[in-house]
Amino acid sequence: MVISNKPLRFILVALVACLPVIGFANSEKDAAHTQTEVAHEAAAEGHHAEPTDVKSKIKGFIGHHVLDSHDFTLTQDDETGKYYGFPLPVIIWDNGLHIFSSSKFNHGHAVAESNGNYYVINHHDGKIYKTDAAGTITEDEKTGHPTNVRPLDFSITKTVLSIFVAAILMFWLFTSLAKSYAKNGGIASGVGRIFEPLVVFIRDEVAIPNIGEKHYRRYMSYLLTIFFFVLFLNIFGLTPLGINATGNLTITFSLAIITFLITNLTANKNYWGHIFWMPGVPKPMRIILAPIELLGVFIKPFSLMIRLYANIFAGHIVLMSIIGLMFIFKSWIGSSLSFGLSFALSILEILVAFLQAYIFTMLSALYFGSAVEEHHHEEEGHH
Amino acid sequence: MEKLINQFEFGLFFWQVLIFVGLIFLLKKFAWKPILDAVNDREQGIKDALLSAENARKEMENLQADNQRILNEARAERDAMLKEAREMKEKLIADSKNEAQAQGQKMIEQAKAAIESEKNAAMAELKSQVSTLSLSIAEKLLKEELSNKESQTKLVEKMLGDVKLN
Repeated sequence: MVISNKPLRFILVALVACLPVIGFANSEKDAAHTQTEVAHEAAAEGHHAEPTDVKSKIKGFIGHHVLDSHDFTLTQDDETGKYYGFPLPVIIWDNGLHIFSSSKFNHGHAVAESNGNYYVINHHDGKIYKTDAAGTITEDEKTGHPTNVRPLDFSITKTVLSIFVAAILMFWLFTSLAKSYAKNGGIASGVGRIFEPLVVFIRDEVAIPNIGEKHYRRYMSYLLTIFFFVLFLNIFGLTPLGINATGNLTITFSLAIITFLITNLTANKNYWGHIFWMPGVPKPMRIILAPIELLGVFIKPFSLMIRLYANIFAGHIVLMSIIGLMFIFKSWIGSSLSFGLSFALSILEILVAFLQAYIFTMLSALYFGSAVEEHHHEEEGHH
Repeated sequence: MEKLINQFEFGLFFWQVLIFVGLIFLLKKFAWKPILDAVNDREQGIKDALLSAENARKEMENLQADNQRILNEARAERDAMLKEAREMKEKLIADSKNEAQAQGQKMIEQAKAAIESEKNAAMAELKSQVSTLSLSIAEKLLKEELSNKESQTKLVEKMLGDVKLN
């Protein structure tokens, strides 16, 4: 009895102790709310479309996070207007090469000048537009998109930097793993060792069952690279650095198009035969099937692109929204609830990070497998 | 859809493809090939080791079976040799017994023959002696006859009487 009393008493005391905190939090919320609004009105003078309340501010922050950016901002202080991060190089091809630091844009607040040309970062899409010295942007009345000329932008953006870091990390990890075999007599050692089971898994569970013992070696390099590349970038996206590479359509598009190219460039006669002249069905059906099959060739990589993009993009949006809820509630219970929820979701996102990398690799292997599939002899038999 | 297409950024695409394709080739040369080779080698090594262990076990079994067989053979051979020896001994004994018997028989035969011949010789000698004796008696008798008729007759009678006694 004495023992069971203790936790009960503790819970009661804790509840009582919480009551004033909840009360405080509520009153504080109002105070903070007005405070930020005041701060905003002051800041809003600088640029026209700055959000005014916490909700739209969070929305704007999320919107910016999922896009690429020309500088690496870890966090920012709205009240002082100070940014914590570092600028990245801007490389523009506009009748000649223009290279300058993105600090010239002053986070989209200033017009950058390079060799007599003026550029500005649009606040909505974060892209660079050519402008005049005053930084005027003309907008399309219907869509609201700027009509200014867009120069060819080869800037080292946040996403480019993160894929570059991922590439270097991968190169270092896997070359060290490769070297450790030679040094250690065929047994892995060092950090890369963690990834050996994954390498073997990709070979035994992804490549060999889908492509077949005969051809799988040709595709191993690509499958391993894409698996770890997507995995690393997915995991990078879960760090608080604010990177969203695999949730960027351009990245998933480029990955999907490489799968598409490899599939179709290494395909054998049998694969094309199945697309344009399906064996084993009546002749009129073959004519109907051909365009459907041909469409399938493009839909397969398209689905790869959209699947990875949508999963990671949605994961980031949901996670950040729930984190944002903490600041909207500003209460002891609501914020801790959304903290718990975001914690649980983060764990789920780690699973998604592995799962999506696996699915992308798995489906790529499946497409390669269909491209190099051998003739079915039983089908040959009846015509 | 338009929003998605607007998200496409050529510069990012360029960098991504450049870095990614470069990464594939670099990793292929410096990482995946050695890693996969090493893993394959190791797996092959394990397979080989298991196989050779199995072979060694089988060989061992064969060897043991061989040993057992040789042992059994040796035992059988020993038994056979022992049996043979025993048989030989028995045969030897039987042979020598037979030979001894035969020899004894022969010796007895010889002895018998010798005795017979001795007897014959003795008989012959006796006969010759008797004849000689008879002759001498006849001679003495004749001499006595010549000197004394009466005594001669007496002698002859006496002699004859002796002969009868004989």
